[in-house]
Amino acid sequence: MEVDTAVVNTIIDKYGKDKSYLLAMFQDVQRQYRYLPKDAIQHICDKLNIPFSKGYEVATFYSSLSLKPRGKHTVHVCLGTACHLRGGPNILNTFERELNIKRGDTTENGLFTLESVNCLGACALAPLVRIDEQDYGKTTPGSVKKIINEYGEST
Amino acid sequence: MIVSIEQLDGIAAAYRQKTGTYSKIVKICCGTGCISSGALKVYEKLNEAIAAEKLIDRVLVKKTGCHGLCERGPIIVFGEDEILYQTVGKRNLDDDAKLLLKTIQDGTVAENLLYKGEDKTKRYVSPRDIPFYSGQTRIVLAQNGILDPEDIEEYISAGGYRAIHKALQMDPAEIIEWIQKSGLRGRGGGGFPTGTKWRSCRDAEGEPRYVIANGDEGDPGAFMDRSLMEGNPHAVIEGMIIGGYAIGSDQGFIYVRDEYPLAVQRLSTAINKARENGLLGTNIFGSGFSFDIKIFRGGGAFVCGESTALMSSIEGKTGEPRAKYIHTVEKGLWDKPSNLNNVETWACVPHIINKGWEWFSSIGTPQSKGTKVFSLVGKVKNTGLVEVPMGITLNEIIFELGGGIQGNRKFKAVQTGGPSGGCIPGEHLGMPVDFDSLTKLGSMMGSGGMIVMDERDCMVDVARYFLKFLVDESCGKCTPCREGVRRMYEIVDNICGGNGEEGDVERLEELAKAIQLGSLCALGQSAPNPVLSTIKYFRDEYNVHIRQKKCPAGVCKALTAFMIDPGKCTGCMRCASECPVICISGEKKKVHAIDQSKCIKCGTCYDVCKFDAVKYE
Repeated sequence: MEVDTAVVNTIIDKYGKDKSYLLAMFQDVQRQYRYLPKDAIQHICDKLNIPFSKGYEVATFYSSLSLKPRGKHTVHVCLGTACHLRGGPNILNTFERELNIKRGDTTENGLFTLESVNCLGACALAPLVRIDEQDYGKTTPGSVKKIINEYGEST
Repeated sequence: MIVSIEQLDGIAAAYRQKTGTYSKIVKICCGTGCISSGALKVYEKLNEAIAAEKLIDRVLVKKTGCHGLCERGPIIVFGEDEILYQTVGKRNLDDDAKLLLKTIQDGTVAENLLYKGEDKTKRYVSPRDIPFYSGQTRIVLAQNGILDPEDIEEYISAGGYRAIHKALQMDPAEIIEWIQKSGLRGRGGGGFPTGTKWRSCRDAEGEPRYVIANGDEGDPGAFMDRSLMEGNPHAVIEGMIIGGYAIGSDQGFIYVRDEYPLAVQRLSTAINKARENGLLGTNIFGSGFSFDIKIFRGGGAFVCGESTALMSSIEGKTGEPRAKYIHTVEKGLWDKPSNLNNVETWACVPHIINKGWEWFSSIGTPQSKGTKVFSLVGKVKNTGLVEVPMGITLNEIIFELGGGIQGNRKFKAVQTGGPSGGCIPGEHLGMPVDFDSLTKLGSMMGSGGMIVMDERDCMVDVARYFLKFLVDESCGKCTPCREGVRRMYEIVDNICGGNGEEGDVERLEELAKAIQLGSLCALGQSAPNPVLSTIKYFRDEYNVHIRQKKCPAGVCKALTAFMIDPGKCTGCMRCASECPVICISGEKKKVHAIDQSKCIKCGTCYDVCKFDAVKYE
């Protein structure tokens, strides 16, 4: 993907070119492109005058950042303790089966990226699924198909 | 700009006058739990209905923070705890909106929206009567579920920002003395005396000093801090300003998980409002003291909840911890004296200043003062947030507030302290909950996650779960944690897969010791706890897995087979329609059968069968 340097510059300026906000800048870029393109890392590192290796280190350390392009919607299946006990792994398996992809992958049509997360903090509603910014509580293998259909056809 | 106590009084009076003109106030819980259960739709629908009935001038519908009983969301409360409605809009939004409108118009209580008691006959009107709430002592959560977290005027009308005014009249050393005498200990899990920490930071050499709120609540199964940041952000901010004044710092940071977007949004709004009103910024209350707060978002790394890793993350680096030969109160953020406390600890501070240390230290046990918020989750009936005085027993929390185990299954264990804690079995349920008692049992109180497990939960699988979590979350800096925890995971994974060998349990114990001794930070040092506590209390279960190749709880897939009892099966088709891989055959009113070659052992059929016809072995 072509990275628009003007967009990235706006993000850098928003944080006053402060190196402390490197992670925040990456997160904002990711919000824009749904992933963190390598060119954007390079551009930010150049602007902040830090080596690319430092920026790459940060980009690969934090699990919320993705260096791989993501689909239109990101499915986060929560695997926190409460979700684990109430059937979270089954929900993940069901998504894998229904979307015909493995965790971490994106469907061929680019509609969904499937990921797991270690706790979203809505444990009372376990097992929880978050798609983009929408939470679905008390999911069952049966409800997974319905949820997928809300976002268009499954693959 | 607010510079005097009279102005606070003025804002409070104006707010009361404004709300006094409404004949009804309806509070809709808009915590994350209730929002995902549909609270925002109820809010919109109710507002439409009120507009259509031309009641806008008489009825105030407001969004509040988390009310606690997330299991029964969306929660709606009328007035001052007059009526509590639960699961509003879950069956039919239009019907429920009509019921709400009727309550608003003539006070008719909608019976089917009330909380039902254990025997399903008793219905509770006021939340004050529901055991889940009546058994709690709410201090830090007292305003959650009442206040609109985005309305600073309401916080002020409820007595907010007065503690800062009072603190600014005191000597910083006296404030630290108060915090020390109150007995407040760190709510993030460490339990370190807060006053001692503040004093060390104040006494440390170097300028500037920093205060930090740790909102990187990474323990799976815990969401106390999230609800506080979302439901009452001003309390956290007020606590930090007092801390800044006492320690001699003019800059605060709040580090919040990236997974908590609503908390970030509400904290940002609160900080901006406080700034607009001069409660953050230069010369607060004309005292000459200045203080401001910046928010940092985490990146989904559990280890960043550790203080040195968190500070490294704020500096814009990877969140790797360092050895603490030199404490962070001396050299922390950018090598300057830094005082880090958990969000809940900060939220306790204004209460201690307002009501005095004597009041705070009169609550709790000799060594653990005050109250603690727990997130009660897992297989318990009333899941949600509870705030209780320290020293209450596990039994009271789980069976009185929590209402016991879902589906009336048998209690097996309660997991506390997240990945650093352990599983506590039934024989210790009489144990008081405080910093020291749970540590004696091989667990810890931790930040307050309390995950209840029943007979259908396998303790070896739980140990494997936490090891997998820690393998994923280890930052990789030190070898004992990076390699040791992975080896432990492999052994436990083998046991769950039916490949366990004699001597595995002993090998786990030996590895555990090495990891505890050799790891750099608390994440590694405490990583073996979930395994050690399950071995301590459920050694037999490990042995059955290893010797008989069976999983007594029917969880470990390689060791479990589900079958249908022909004598009990009524042929209702329920399991067949729910089976995700369609491996159950049978017609209506005929006995069903499971195709073992296709079965993925998810246990859905067991959970949905109403006739106990599905068995596992």
